[in-house]
Amino acid sequence: MNPILQALADVVGKDHVSDQPEEMYFYARDPGLMPPHRPDYVVVPRTVEEIQAIVRLAAREKIPIVPMGAGMALTGLIIPLKGGIVLDMKRMNRILEVNEKARYALVEGGTSQGFLRAYLDEHYPRLRHSIPDSPGTATLAANVMIHGQGRLTQQYGFNSDMVSGLEVVLASGEICRIGSCAVSPDWFSKGAPMPDLSGLFLGWFGATGILTKVAVKLYPKKKMREVEIFVTDKEDLVPAMVYELTHTEMVEDINVFAQPRPMIFKGNHHLALFFTGDTEEELEFKRKLIWHALDPFIKSKDGGFMGLPPVMKPTLLDMPQRSVSRFADVKRGGGFEYSGPIILVDKYPQCTRKITELADKYNLAYSGMARIIGRGHCMMYGFAFTFNRADPDMMERTRKALHEVSEFALSVGGVFWKPTVEEQQMALEKMDPHTRALMKMIKQNLDPHGIMNPGNWEVA
Amino acid sequence: MKYEEIVHRCFRCGYCKFTEDYHDFNCPTYRKFRFETFSPGGRMWLIRAWLNNEIRTSERLQQILFSCATCANCAEHCVFTFKDDLVNIFIAAREKLVDEQIIPPAVRDYFKNIHTSGNPYKEPEAERGKWAEGTGIKPFDAQEYLFYVGCVGSYDERAKKIARSVGNLLLRSGLSFGILGEREHCDGNEVKALGEAGLFQHLAEQNITQFKEIGAKKIITLDPHAFNAFKKDYKELGANFEVSHYSQVLAHLLQSKRIPLASYKARVTFHDPCYLGRHNGVYDPPRQILKSIPGLELVEMHQNRANALCCGGGGGNFFTDILGGGEDSPSRIRVRQALDTGAQIIAVSCPQCAKMLEDALKAENLTERLDVLDVSEIMNRALA
Repeated sequence: MNPILQALADVVGKDHVSDQPEEMYFYARDPGLMPPHRPDYVVVPRTVEEIQAIVRLAAREKIPIVPMGAGMALTGLIIPLKGGIVLDMKRMNRILEVNEKARYALVEGGTSQGFLRAYLDEHYPRLRHSIPDSPGTATLAANVMIHGQGRLTQQYGFNSDMVSGLEVVLASGEICRIGSCAVSPDWFSKGAPMPDLSGLFLGWFGATGILTKVAVKLYPKKKMREVEIFVTDKEDLVPAMVYELTHTEMVEDINVFAQPRPMIFKGNHHLALFFTGDTEEELEFKRKLIWHALDPFIKSKDGGFMGLPPVMKPTLLDMPQRSVSRFADVKRGGGFEYSGPIILVDKYPQCTRKITELADKYNLAYSGMARIIGRGHCMMYGFAFTFNRADPDMMERTRKALHEVSEFALSVGGVFWKPTVEEQQMALEKMDPHTRALMKMIKQNLDPHGIMNPGNWEVA
Repeated sequence: MKYEEIVHRCFRCGYCKFTEDYHDFNCPTYRKFRFETFSPGGRMWLIRAWLNNEIRTSERLQQILFSCATCANCAEHCVFTFKDDLVNIFIAAREKLVDEQIIPPAVRDYFKNIHTSGNPYKEPEAERGKWAEGTGIKPFDAQEYLFYVGCVGSYDERAKKIARSVGNLLLRSGLSFGILGEREHCDGNEVKALGEAGLFQHLAEQNITQFKEIGAKKIITLDPHAFNAFKKDYKELGANFEVSHYSQVLAHLLQSKRIPLASYKARVTFHDPCYLGRHNGVYDPPRQILKSIPGLELVEMHQNRANALCCGGGGGNFFTDILGGGEDSPSRIRVRQALDTGAQIIAVSCPQCAKMLEDALKAENLTERLDVLDVSEIMNRALA
């Protein structure tokens, strides 16, 4: 047996390591459009100690190591660009602690969003976390690692802002605790009141360390959750509408979507407004304030509330929204990818015009979706195109459209979210040189052998 | 390959691996192996790669394809419109391997035994009816019902007890029924699931012809696997029989008070067999039976009905054991789930599940704390 394979088998057991063509094929790619690259080994570890041993082995042998959750970022962040070991983290999926009164949960590094949701539903029905709309298999660690967003992002910011502690295996194989947990048994803060070191790891895609434990803040879960949709055909007014809505502080989550199908949706912008309450009175109070905030737009005939068809409401209230994945089959082709720059809300009109322009130019089906972040501090605008995996021409047109989105996003002040390697390089090129130098210094110090998800955030 | 036009449509989003409420991963092979390649999405992507000659037929690919328990959890939870074809796609891939004659030895031996002996146990056909000796059950001779027992119920020692148990209850009820005994042939459900479409067609046509010739119009099956084949696949081949699983018949007989029950004190949890539940939507009759027994407390496992974890015996694995054992095998996980309910008994309504879970109890050293009993065996214990 290959000595590396044997060494890995000695760590995790022979059943949990593979160098077989089937695993090498699958783990070489994600569901997006990035070109595949095969790993040399895939390992499914169970413990932190196993990960430490694997990282030490990788450091000794100078083998790249790429941590993977569900691989749903779609931008190739788990593709082992230089081969090596893919660590499929999902076997480490225990929920270690829920502190009900302090409202945080501590989970292992491969715990899926779905598991935590189900666990809270069963044991702590008054608590919830900011669940993203990626499929339930998506892991909490990977989501905060990419600065993901979720259902509570409008109120509390990026999901990574809701982290309250980390455990990281460094490139040396040492374990490092980040936040209050470094000096206390409690995982209530990722930094403050000490220096916040979480930034050395969050957003780095595993290029500086492997998250083996993550604590996330939990929030009150009200008994009832509702959704209303406000429709307008005036994209220029959407930022003003969002401003009024966020001022009320009544809306939990705001998504604005525009898509050409069904036909009645075409040309319209749908503000999906989610709000919650423990009583009908609370819900009604919030509904009234939301309606009141949009009154001027109704009076000026610039929009109105849409009557939700019975089948649509459960689809919208679903968490995670399964319908997001269904977008992949619009062309009966199993694929979609989106570029989701983080950008000011007042850029909404430009973004929505850009997506329709690109869809026309490249003859693609699209869906534009803005998720408001932190009461309108910014938004993630998802330029999503669906493609047929069996149609190479359509895939190439989608790649070209997304490339244009990247250039557009930078040109209007956006910052790439979960960027592809190409986008990372575009961002680094545009970045303040001192910031770039700082990133390089951090990477070199935390990963002196260049084994941690190499190819990502590499400063030349 | 059949369904070739669908395989590229999988997004590998992974909903197929879960229960509806995300409580746990519920794909038995993914639970066991934990590589994505052993998940439904992994299979879809590998089948496509295989059809496109990006990977070759290998022992690993055979293991990945033949370990699938065809439990249909994926079909239940997939979010796409082609969800109902997922299991069919995996079976079609097996058919292609069978056509190419590149299959695991255990699968090859299974087919060979069915072909040469008429059953997977290589036992004489003449001994098919031995389970019924001394029970008073009559051979089928134009009675109202044919009680079809199948290979497992006819030859497996544990399953024979279940066959006798069901037979006894049917006798007690006064139902007009008979068995085929040595005239019975394999139903072929696992032959089809393992990808031998030709052999399945032969078995199905043989059975359909025989049932018609002897005038069997109403069939009660012991095994949910036979129930599935008769109800779905035979129908596609022109069969027009009224097919019931024994749990449906017993529930009806209880309701019409044809089987009087006394009490039986026990805390019981019920394990849904995939070919009764997810494949055919029959969830209530076994529960109705259990609930009608005075003194019996039915407690559900968290993963129940359409979210039940498969015992791992489906899709031919009961015979081929390609899914294999070990701590993470679905049958062992399932008995641990049953233990969590505080039940004393795991009730089943499938002889294959009974055997799988009993073996798992032994492996988990839980035989002192839990029993596996068929629903009919519990009824027999409660007879007035």
